[in-house]
Amino acid sequence: MITKITHTCIYVLDQNSAYDFYVNKLGFKVHTDAPMGEGARWLTVTPPEQPELEITLFLVAEGGMFDEETVQIMTTLIKKGTFGAAVFTCKDLLATYEELKSKGVVFKKPPTKEFYGYEALFLDDSGNWFSLAQINS
Amino acid sequence: MEQYEKIYLYKRIVKAKLFIDDHYAENIDLGNICDQANFSRFHFIRLFKSIYGSTPNNYLIKTRMEKAKILLAKGHSVLETSIMVGFDSPTSFAGMFKRIAGQTPSSFQKKQHAQKNAMQLNPLLFVPNCFAENNGWTK
Repeated sequence: MITKITHTCIYVLDQNSAYDFYVNKLGFKVHTDAPMGEGARWLTVTPPEQPELEITLFLVAEGGMFDEETVQIMTTLIKKGTFGAAVFTCKDLLATYEELKSKGVVFKKPPTKEFYGYEALFLDDSGNWFSLAQINS
Repeated sequence: MEQYEKIYLYKRIVKAKLFIDDHYAENIDLGNICDQANFSRFHFIRLFKSIYGSTPNNYLIKTRMEKAKILLAKGHSVLETSIMVGFDSPTSFAGMFKRIAGQTPSSFQKKQHAQKNAMQLNPLLFVPNCFAENNGWTK
């Protein structure tokens, strides 16, 4: 029986920029930042109130898991905003929206009333999009 | 119209929260924070708590402790850290840190230092093997 998710991946185009976005703008915490040799880096962050879920900020780069063609295809798709990577939740969407906007986070959709609460959509620094939701209690 | 008023109100509370985020290292108090939001003290505390789940003062303490953890992990001394997060005295800083984090600043720092060393010396301990193998990091 599967019990939990411990790791998940967000594919990013620049790990330094992703670090700044996820840590300094979204307020995530760095869980692991380990050098893996030859410029490779294992970088994981956790949502502020979910320290057991590691989100790997996985660099799309040639070598290891990706060949040159895959890198080109993935880079194009990520930049195009093809991938919806996750749904994040917050206690108060309007406040979180105002705060993230003031930090320069780009929103595709402003807070909108949905049947389950409120939702907005934002983009990370690579082009991945996320839902940011406030769920009715 | 009501919606615009609500947005305006949110902007003011968020402004106050960001003021704490930016000025936690300075000698700020509730008066400074209320000034940022242009609210009466009572109204401000009530609204801030309803949005962020803690009073502005508790949020300031929490922010200072979170920043202190980052500074200690980077190797700053307890004294340096206490000053850098806005405390006048390292003793009161250490007391508050222990109350919030459940351990002394120096004990926290030792654990962080040990983990950082392990990460540098044997990073594979921190990576699920499937990713390590697929990336050729185990060779």
